[in-house]
Amino acid sequence: MNHPEQKSVAVINAHAPFSSPKGKDALDIALIFGSYEQDIALFFQGDGVYQLTDKQDPALIQQKDYLKTFSAFEFYDIEQVYVCGRSLKERQLPGQFHIDNVTVLEPAQFAKKLADFQVIFRF
Amino acid sequence: MSIVFENKTIATDEQGYLLAHQDWSEALAPVLAEQDGLVLTPAHWEVIRFVREFYLTYNTSPAIRALTKAMKAQFGEEKANSRYLYRLFPEGPAKQATKYAGLPKPARCI
Repeated sequence: MNHPEQKSVAVINAHAPFSSPKGKDALDIALIFGSYEQDIALFFQGDGVYQLTDKQDPALIQQKDYLKTFSAFEFYDIEQVYVCGRSLKERQLPGQFHIDNVTVLEPAQFAKKLADFQVIFRF
Repeated sequence: MSIVFENKTIATDEQGYLLAHQDWSEALAPVLAEQDGLVLTPAHWEVIRFVREFYLTYNTSPAIRALTKAMKAQFGEEKANSRYLYRLFPEGPAKQATKYAGLPKPARCI
């Protein structure tokens, strides 16, 4: 569904969830692009990889669990989710995510994939 | 803003959406619909229960496109299209169905 006049959009998540509004804002913008059938991809690097870690309970700190919404990506045509493998290793995370269809890329491929997109939003 | 229902005061926003979805019960839905001059039929109920389930699963009120995509698996093409849904909810299916289901207004417009 790529139209010539349509720009492809990448949203980068580089912050942990629940410590700031950044993750939720990144999600909202991705859902909006998805709703309008824009070509949209999500990238997670640095502390952003914590947004894909399962078994978190933000209710303990009176925060809304927006990570649950990730499971609805299929209804918003969000099919591309990329994670930086080195960021996972640095944090000793096992690469078990709370959603399916996540692609782990090493830094060089991660950067190369990101370069495919015409517009990049950083959160 | 609030409405009184079964001797309880239930807080709403200015447009009549419940502030706390836990305050909702099925008996409340027709009351909320009546404020918009709408009488609920079984076809309305199908959608209302569906969006409520969607919200409880994904923590978000679906806008129209996500709603139709999600409904497709359960109800098939004939009901999972915006024409059918607009006939049921003329002011906007996502907007109205979420309201009667006691959910927050979908943040993403239509």
